[in-house]
Amino acid sequence: MTTTPTATADAPPAPQGGAAGGAPKRSLASRIVSRVGGGVLQVLLVVVAVFWLLPTLGLFVASLRDEADNNATGWWTALLAPAQLSLDSYGRLLGDSGFTSSFWNTVWITVPSTLLVVVIASLAGYAFAWMEFPGRDWLFLVVVGLLVVPVQVALIPVAQMYGFLGIFGSIGGVILFHVAFGLPFAIFLLRNFFAGIPRDLLEAARMDGGKEFTIFRRVIIPLGGPAIASLGIFQFLWVWNDLLIAMVFADTGSQPMTRALQSEMRQFGTNIDVLAPGAFLSLIVPLVVFFAFQRYYVAGTLAGSVK
Amino acid sequence: MAEVVLADVSKVYPDGTRAVDRLNLHIADGEFLVLVGPSGCGKTTALRMVAGLEEISEGTLRIGERTVNSVPARDRDVAMVFQSYALYPHLTVRQNIGFGLELRKVPKEEIRRRVDEVAKTLGLEDHLDRKPRNLSGGQRQRVAMGRAIVREPRAFLMDEPLSNLDAKLRVQMRAEISRLQRQLNVTTVYVTHDQVEAMTLGDRVAVMKKGVLQQVAEPQELYDRPVNLFVAGFIGSPAMNLLQGSVSSADGAWWVTLGENRLRLPDEVLQARPGLRERAGAELIVGIRPEDMEDAELGGADDADGGADRLLRSKADLVEALGSELLVHFGVAAPRVVTEDTKELASAAGAADLADIATTPLGGDTAPESVLVARFSPRSAVREGAPVAVRVDTSRLHYFDLDGGAAIWE
Ligand SMILES: Nc1ncnc2c1ncn2[C@@H]1O[C@H](COP(=O)(O)OP(=O)(O)OP(=O)(O)O)[C@@H](O)[C@H]1O
Ligand SMILES: [Mg+2]
Repeated sequence: MTTTPTATADAPPAPQGGAAGGAPKRSLASRIVSRVGGGVLQVLLVVVAVFWLLPTLGLFVASLRDEADNNATGWWTALLAPAQLSLDSYGRLLGDSGFTSSFWNTVWITVPSTLLVVVIASLAGYAFAWMEFPGRDWLFLVVVGLLVVPVQVALIPVAQMYGFLGIFGSIGGVILFHVAFGLPFAIFLLRNFFAGIPRDLLEAARMDGGKEFTIFRRVIIPLGGPAIASLGIFQFLWVWNDLLIAMVFADTGSQPMTRALQSEMRQFGTNIDVLAPGAFLSLIVPLVVFFAFQRYYVAGTLAGSVK
Repeated sequence: MAEVVLADVSKVYPDGTRAVDRLNLHIADGEFLVLVGPSGCGKTTALRMVAGLEEISEGTLRIGERTVNSVPARDRDVAMVFQSYALYPHLTVRQNIGFGLELRKVPKEEIRRRVDEVAKTLGLEDHLDRKPRNLSGGQRQRVAMGRAIVREPRAFLMDEPLSNLDAKLRVQMRAEISRLQRQLNVTTVYVTHDQVEAMTLGDRVAVMKKGVLQQVAEPQELYDRPVNLFVAGFIGSPAMNLLQGSVSSADGAWWVTLGENRLRLPDEVLQARPGLRERAGAELIVGIRPEDMEDAELGGADDADGGADRLLRSKADLVEALGSELLVHFGVAAPRVVTEDTKELASAAGAADLADIATTPLGGDTAPESVLVARFSPRSAVREGAPVAVRVDTSRLHYFDLDGGAAIWE
């Protein structure tokens, strides 16, 4: 966290000694190596990016062609025959009430699951990091211990319990499961991040007249922004893309998109005209969320606070 | 504004460490009190107890009329300047300074006015919209001060607020703090381990050792009349020279004997310190401040014989020329003083081992020898390796019991 102060009204800037003579000289060889090395690295990155993006592009192009074309030729032929492309399959899909309701189910499952995990884990993380209460360390150990419980182990007992409680197959049940299994890691992550905030800052806020919750809201949350944003994004992606828990705990009325698309897959015949646009639509939302929040996890928000 | 009174305040940490032991301090309204002592002596702990950031194990703390032992920090109405500044990194300078007012629900208009006023006092007007990371060290320090000042608290608490600044800036900010405190006239407790800061800032200075208060007094008093060996060794730089010696009467006068040297004492000393008569001939500890010694060659003594009967003769081992003064190191054949206090002081100065080396005589000479440091005028012509005659101002010597280290007066 050492930063170079920019404007120094108090201390006159030190004379820039050797800098006047231009950049330090490097040998020609080392310059070539670094130039070529940089070039190679860039090419490599582009290759990797293309490799990762190509299937997505293929999916997108396929989603714009009709079933007959897709069955006849590969998606790339459409690049030379743009006439094939149309939004028809999207139109059909969005007109299908089964699909749109599964889209909204996904939203109704993902948004509360994410918000609940972020809110509960922030509060718990603060309490574990900064509040004194008996048994704190043991409790935290239990939370960390829960990290190793695999989801699969819990499926059957929780399903039985849900049946008993009468929430099996409901959106609420799916949310509850996601929250329960998201929390241990979330609390662990945020506690550790919050514990890294300098103690002096919290004490300064306390001296400034802050009550516990004020300190949490006005100091911890802004400083924890990067960690909270990352957690939110990961939890969002995890829940949005989940299939396993949806397969077990949702029913056809409460099923999210992943499960709806899965049921569209047939053993023979691809019905790609439903899968491709559906998959692409389910991809769009996480991308938007990711880019909307990524600016929050720029590092270095603590610079200049202490020292 | 209020007085701060600590009565038998102790702090015992959960692990059993007794960091502060029955501390009694009466800090008057508007007084600037400095807490000094070597690292780990409990200064920060004491300050944090006043702040309310650390629970008080025993004793009572009063701020103004109120006993505040169980009052949480936010309701004590005191402000603290942290060593690390602890600025809120996500807020601008204006928001940082105004934060405490905002939490106390002061109207926006008034916050604005008060922050502007404080920023003007501290010369921060041009930086109000910047974030702390874009400020220099000195500016950050000022923001931290501003955050304390703006609240107009009943007391300021400062824990080594200048220790992160470079030497030049530290001197400048020291003067600034002094000016501000006098102008605002707010009771201030200031923690430092820098004795120059302590002496220049404090109306009174409290010296602590291992959690125990040694002496509270005005800076000059602390320098002139240290109550024990520890305070004597701690205050003053270079530190007071401590030698084992004795006081006795002979030839119709009183003398201090240090090894082979005999220094004549003025009669006033015996009147001021009658305790010396009772200890005549007994071994005790004699303290000589470096500034109470001068090169005899330079003259300037105002007694009849030019101070010939209060000379230490030796060889200058080392001469450090500082421009404004010369620091002359020389040996005297008198046992050096090794007590718990001197060890504590040496380790505080980070020179525990060094002291051992310096006083071990070279070349198998077994005579006990101490190394003294004298502060000579730069006009002195003393050279390294050459003999030197050091005239001692014997009216200003200090005497301590060999065991316990208490100053000898009565
Ligand atoms: N939380 C704690 N638990 C146990 N012991 C502690 C704790 N905090 C401080 N101490 C101990 O209490 C003693 C006093 O510490 P304190 O921080 O008050 O010293 P200090 O005078 O401020 O020193 P420094 O000049 O190095 O800042 C030290 O021996 C320290 O090890
Ligand atoms: Mg300290």
